[in-house]
Amino acid sequence: MKQFTILDKKDTRSGFGVGLLEAGRKNPNVVALCADLVGSLKMDAFIKEFPERFFQVGIAEANMMGVAAGLTIGGKIPFTGTFANFSTGRVYDQIRQSIAYSDKNVKICASHAGLTLGEDGATHQILEDLGMMRMLPGMTVINPCDFNQTKAATMAIAEHHGPVYLRFGRPVVPVFISEDTPFIIGKALMLNEGADVSIFATGHMVWKAIEAGHILAERGIDAEIINIHTIKPLDKEAILESVKKTGCAVSAEEHQLNGGLGDAIAHVLTSNYPSPLEMVAVQDTFGESGTPDELMVKYGLTSTAIVDAAERAIKRKKEVLA
Amino acid sequence: MESVIQDSTPKTLEELKDISSQVRRDIVRMVHGVGNGHPGGALGCTEYFVALYFHLMKHNPDFKMDGIGEDLCFLSNGHISAVWYSVLARSGYFPVAELSTHRKINSRLQGHPTTHEGLPGIRMASGSLGQGLSVAVGAAQAKKLNGDNHLVYVLMGDGEQDEGQIWEAAMYAAHHKVDNLIATVDWNGQQIDGPTVKVMDLKDLPAKYRAFGWEVIILENGNDMAELIKTYEHAKTLTGKGSPVAIMMKTGMGYGVDFMMGSHKWHGVAPNDDQLAQALAQLPETLGDF
Repeated sequence: MKQFTILDKKDTRSGFGVGLLEAGRKNPNVVALCADLVGSLKMDAFIKEFPERFFQVGIAEANMMGVAAGLTIGGKIPFTGTFANFSTGRVYDQIRQSIAYSDKNVKICASHAGLTLGEDGATHQILEDLGMMRMLPGMTVINPCDFNQTKAATMAIAEHHGPVYLRFGRPVVPVFISEDTPFIIGKALMLNEGADVSIFATGHMVWKAIEAGHILAERGIDAEIINIHTIKPLDKEAILESVKKTGCAVSAEEHQLNGGLGDAIAHVLTSNYPSPLEMVAVQDTFGESGTPDELMVKYGLTSTAIVDAAERAIKRKKEVLA
Repeated sequence: MESVIQDSTPKTLEELKDISSQVRRDIVRMVHGVGNGHPGGALGCTEYFVALYFHLMKHNPDFKMDGIGEDLCFLSNGHISAVWYSVLARSGYFPVAELSTHRKINSRLQGHPTTHEGLPGIRMASGSLGQGLSVAVGAAQAKKLNGDNHLVYVLMGDGEQDEGQIWEAAMYAAHHKVDNLIATVDWNGQQIDGPTVKVMDLKDLPAKYRAFGWEVIILENGNDMAELIKTYEHAKTLTGKGSPVAIMMKTGMGYGVDFMMGSHKWHGVAPNDDQLAQALAQLPETLGDF
């Protein structure tokens, strides 16, 4: 199992803030909008440097999506910022009609996704956003795993034409992707090559997958770990190539069981190469208040849960072969 | 700034009235042709679209999505698409013959307007109500960022004013001084389930926009071409002064076809063969039917 160094500990939303500033410096058409959450979204640096290219929308997310769609018509590249809950479920129809169906070049940037939002509780902990966004035709859906990857993803989506949903989070987590790792939309990132089981992880679960890989290695299991930062378009080739080698898979995401990365991988496998797949995800329930770590443990989003899932997948593979 | 092909020199009042008659023929024939659609609001807004595209706007039928260097028009209450399609075709955006495909399979003229099929003249999908004002506001702000000194027009329904997003956009446009925008409410007093006063009373609608910080003009008869043009020429003089401009345009739903006028009953119903003949008898063919 490859060793990963913790380079630093930072929140992914800060990666967005730095990436937005860099994207703004590179391209004068990059503009930003925020629905009264500038500090939470780490947009201050962009606003300070480009005050005329920032639009405060107030607590009016539906209008923010529409204004962003309109800004694209004159060639602007708008980045909207609010919590993931208010970036998706609250404004699904606005995204559907004014952005996705209208093919507008809007970058929907969503912080505080998932359980790790923490103490604010289930009203704000959206666990359905990846599902909603990946159902929309033409929508690109990205869930980076650390500060560096979020920064790189933010800069990459500014160069990509078309609507994008970029999901990141609140807590401080390990930074382990090197700064010079290129971010290629739709291209899975191989973290550790292995032979016994393929672990496909996204967002905050990627570091937990690496931790799981070490535990599995101690038990003599050689896990392949692949970072699926782009949920849509999904890197089917990378998934199939890996599972054809290992014969079984685990998905890990800070999202509902329904509609997320696991479902997307299940579709690829059942359509192309039916294989055992175990999903680590929230089991069709809402979250609650608590610290991020407490919640991840209570709802089964841990390295141990990934280890258990990997062992179940390997057992099923052996049963099939026997 | 790039040069813009102005599709036509401003028309005389008589020419505009003749075009309006043809557009109304197009609307009832389009809706009859497919057996469904929304003739009422489309007929009521005929003067508005004819005046914009044949007299008031500087626009380019050689369509470019970014619309830089020209005035833009958005339709928020997308269900009245028939009138917009007719006016776009008649002003050179696409062949008039294509009007016969409205709402049919494989058509660019979808039931509600969309960019998805690449129909020239359309810059956003609309039909799910309440979204067009926000998009128009964004497009107007992009013009300001681009140093593009042209106007953005947007039409909304009055029933559509029930939607909360309209008021988010109204608040935002005034706060951000989006003063290169002329928004119009088709104030026909009707929505699907009946008169707006019964379904959801708008009360003093102009006062609401004024309270949100808009410059508001009431157009008493949006079906009188002369009065409409005079009102919009006046509205243009109010742009660039720090406030968005709203026009409360009173129209008759179904205007121009006597048996369709003044009732919500023709909001979403197509005429049968006899009714079509009766309607066409009231509307002289001036430019040639599609």
